[in-house]
This record gives sequence, C-alpha cells and structure tokens, in this order.
Amino acid sequence: MKIVVAIKQVPARDSLLKVDASGAWIDDADLSWEINEPDAYALEAGLQLREAAGGEVVVLCAGPERATQTIREALAKGADRAIHINWTENAADPLALARAMATALESEKPDVVLTGLQSDDLGYGQTGVILAEVIGFAHATLVMSIETIDNGIRVKQELEDGWFQHVEMPLPAVLTIQSGAAKLRYATLMGIKKAKSKEIRRVDPGAAAAASTVRLERIYLPRKSKRSQIFEGTPREAAEQLVDKLRFEARVL
Amino acid sequence: MSGILAVLEQHEGKLHALSFEALAAAQQIAAELSHPAYAVVLGTGIQPLAATVAAFRLNKVHVLEHALLSDYTADGYTLALKQLIALHRPSYVLFPHTYQARDFAPALAASLGRVLVSDVVSHRVENGSLVVVRQLFQGKMNADVRFEADAPHFASIQAGAFRAENAKKSETPSPVETATPALEPHQIRTKPLERFRESQRAVDLTAAERIVSVGRGIREAENIALVEQLAQAMGAELAASRPICDNGWLPMERQVGSSGQTVAPKLYVAVGISGAIQHLVGMKGSKTIVAINKDPEAPIFEVADYGIVGDLFQVVPAIIEALKPVA
Repeated sequence: MKIVVAIKQVPARDSLLKVDASGAWIDDADLSWEINEPDAYALEAGLQLREAAGGEVVVLCAGPERATQTIREALAKGADRAIHINWTENAADPLALARAMATALESEKPDVVLTGLQSDDLGYGQTGVILAEVIGFAHATLVMSIETIDNGIRVKQELEDGWFQHVEMPLPAVLTIQSGAAKLRYATLMGIKKAKSKEIRRVDPGAAAAASTVRLERIYLPRKSKRSQIFEGTPREAAEQLVDKLRFEARVL
Repeated sequence: MSGILAVLEQHEGKLHALSFEALAAAQQIAAELSHPAYAVVLGTGIQPLAATVAAFRLNKVHVLEHALLSDYTADGYTLALKQLIALHRPSYVLFPHTYQARDFAPALAASLGRVLVSDVVSHRVENGSLVVVRQLFQGKMNADVRFEADAPHFASIQAGAFRAENAKKSETPSPVETATPALEPHQIRTKPLERFRESQRAVDLTAAERIVSVGRGIREAENIALVEQLAQAMGAELAASRPICDNGWLPMERQVGSSGQTVAPKLYVAVGISGAIQHLVGMKGSKTIVAINKDPEAPIFEVADYGIVGDLFQVVPAIIEALKPVA
C-alpha cells in the first residue's frame, strides 16, 4: 500500500505571536517551528498502517526551506521518503495548497493520503477534504482507526457528542486523522541516522495553485469583549483576592 | 440571482442545535445585505422537518428528498447541494460549523472552485459586501477575510457567533419547495454503518454546579492530583480539555469542548487551559469563569470573569490554602 502523509510545519505551540509590518501575517523572524501536532497523529497512523498492510510511507510537505527540518524529523520517525513542495505563501488558502499537492502527487498514485484534522496556524481544517475533491478520491474525516477489508478500507470516524461510526470506502481515499487516537512514537537514534540518507524530492507548486478566491486582509490580536478582573501580587495575594470575589461578589462558593 | 442560503443539518428528522444559529445568521446577513434568505434540508421523508423550518421567516425552504440522502454521505450531500446552487445561484451559502459540515462543505466549495471560509466568529458589512472574521493560531489571532471571486461564497458559522433565539419566526408558514436531486448509487462512494457509543457515561458534567477543568499547562499526569485537590476544596467536578483525555490522564467522559460535553455550571475554573475555540464552545455559557494561565494573551482570558496570570503550580496551592476555613 502506498501511503502519503501530508504534514505542515507551524510555529511552536507556546510561541508569542506578533503581527508583522504588512498587518496581514505574523512576524516569523524569531519563531521556532515544529510539526503541526494533528499531522504528527496522521504520520503515526500512516506508520501503523504500513506496519499492518505493508508498503511505503511518503511524506508530503509544502513549505519554505526551513520545513526541511520537520521533513527530516518525519523521516527519522520512519517515513520512507519525502516530497517537499517549495511553498512560500504563508496565508495561502487551502484550495491553492490542495492544488499544489495534487500536482506533486500526479506521478505517485497513492492508495491512501492521510493528514491531520487541521493546522494549528491557519486552522481551516479543510486541506484533506479539498485534496480529495481535487484528485477525485473518496474521503473521511476525524478518523480514529483504519482497517483494510476486501475492496477497500473500513474506518472508525468520530462524530459529535461521544458518537462514532464505521464507514467503508474503496481505495484510493483521503483520510483526516483525529488527534489523540494513537500514541506518538519518538525517533530512534538509528532512525535519525537513516533519515539523513532518505530521499527528499523537491517540486515547484505549479501554476494551478494561483488565483485565490478569498483574501486574508488583516490579522490582529482579538479585542477583549469581556473585561476580566485580573488579580495581581504574589500567588498568595492573588489567590486570596480570587477566593474573596468568588465568595462575596460572584457568590459561587 | 442573489440570496443567503443556510444549509441545515438534521439527523433522524431532528435539526442539529447549530442549525438554528445558521438560520439566524442567514436571516441577519440577508437583512443587512437586502438579500432574500433561504434554507435547505436534505434527507428522506423529511416533510415534517420542512414544516418546522418553514415556521421561520424565510423566502423559501428548499427540501432535497432522495433515498440516497437518508444517511449522510459527503458525496450525496455535495452532489445534491451542487445542483441546488447551480439552479438557484445564491450569493452566500452558510453552514453550521459542525463535524458534518466540516466533512463535506470544503469539498462542495472546492467543486465550484471556491474556498469555504470556515469557523466564522463574527462579520460586518462594508460597502455592500461581507467581511467575515475567523480565528487563527488556536484563537491567538483574529483575521478579517474577504471573498474575492464571484458568488457563490461559502462560510461556516462557529457555535455562539449568532444566537438561535434571534431566528425570527414567520406568522404564516414560509413557502416550501421540494426537489429530487439526480443521484446514482455508484456516485456515493462511502458506506456509512451504524452509529455507536463506546460506553455509557458515568459522569454527567452537565449536572455539576461547579467544575474545575485542567489543560495542557499541567504538563504531566502526576500533576493532575493537584487540580483534583482544588476541585475537592471547591466542591467541584473535575474536567479537562481534549489533550488531557487524549493522553489518557483523565477518562474521555470528563472532556469539555466540541468533541466532549457542553457545560454551563455556575462556576468554571480553567487551570492551564489556553482556550482554543473547541474548548470555549463547550464552556463559555458558564455563569462565572475563572482562568489561571501563565500566558496573559491566552484566549481563555477572553471569556473569563476573574483571572490570575501566573504559574499554576504556585497559584493552585495558594487557592487551596485560601479556601481553608480560618482556624
């Protein structure tokens, strides 16, 4: 089974973000970067699927030069090789990205494409579903587990409010993987060593990626709609003020 | 043609709660843009549901009836709605931001060469066109987004962005138009099986008067005990954000948020929870909200009545101490 896992590099979770001079994106000069956490779960699902069904895991990542680091980490965890789409559009819409991914996958003919349920930066939560539409694959979202059956796969999908559903579909298919469905593995020393010699194919996004239909005009820190009373001082002073307010102002204790 | 079309979600003939918010959104935006407002429901044997929707003030209620729409599938919904949109050419198509909408709406928009602006939290009208606001970076930033191409435009509406009770009723039933979309069995590639629940929930957080909830900031499973002590001292149930339950540090039934339970206690204390929208939608109806977080910019402070910015490992023991009766 040929398994493609689409991953993204995003600012580290605890980054302090500032708006840049253009007002339309963040100042990314001093940020540290990491794999988008939901994509780490997609990679884990891909590696487990290969262990169960055989085949290879190909990492697909659109990003600038710095994304190479994240790709190498995915290879160190066990992916067989990678495709790096040379992509410098920070705030590109997910249709443009999916078209670039479709172009990069033309020669690959994957059986399954896995990706995280959303990115922690733009957070559209759509790239997998749009990719399925663009390349004409069936799809399922928020997938908890995958098993192969005659003529395809059966996935366990998370619904709202604690409900689940099994869904069967033919291959090829795109699946977005629910975070937390499996435990993430660490790269081994051997894995890190091997990753250095694994193939990273670099491709250009192609013209299809242009022509966006939505424009991210301006980004800004959310204006506080509710004024919180923030208690200052030592932890003890702050705690005493809080308990006092909860008892005598909000009267909830 | 013009108009605002709300795509409503139903399951077994009952509307999803967020469908009413999407209805309110369509009515309100339609009024602001001087457009007609429409709604559509899809399924089999849903005429009673159509009557429910027709009780709202709408220019028309579209009903798409087909045996192949009895169970939701992304293929069925995408193909059926594509036909409706081609025929009636609405300017804006709005969805409730549910798991189901997230499963097919991006594909529907993409099939028409458009991008769904997902997770819209607010909007404004500027020079006769709609600017929508959505969150980036887990709620740390907001973005104004404009639609660039020709209509139709697509957006999904986050829970709480519009109020269901603002959806206006009509004195006489709104007109209903039923159509049968052209669908063939082979076009539906996925086969949905029975829905199921893993286990009965032993903990009903929705009944709790006070909840102390723990998030990523707790760092390690062993540290949960500290927050448990706080919950005990406050007479509260212990809950958590998704990552804590994903890690198995607390059972899934204690999860608050869009994939867990929606709660509205009189006191909600968020410890080390940054406040991603998925969590906020599950708890922002709480009467009094307390946030304890080391990051003063964390979105949880957006909804908090009281806050302490600081290291939870110092603040939480101090609160437990302050709660002790004076000897």
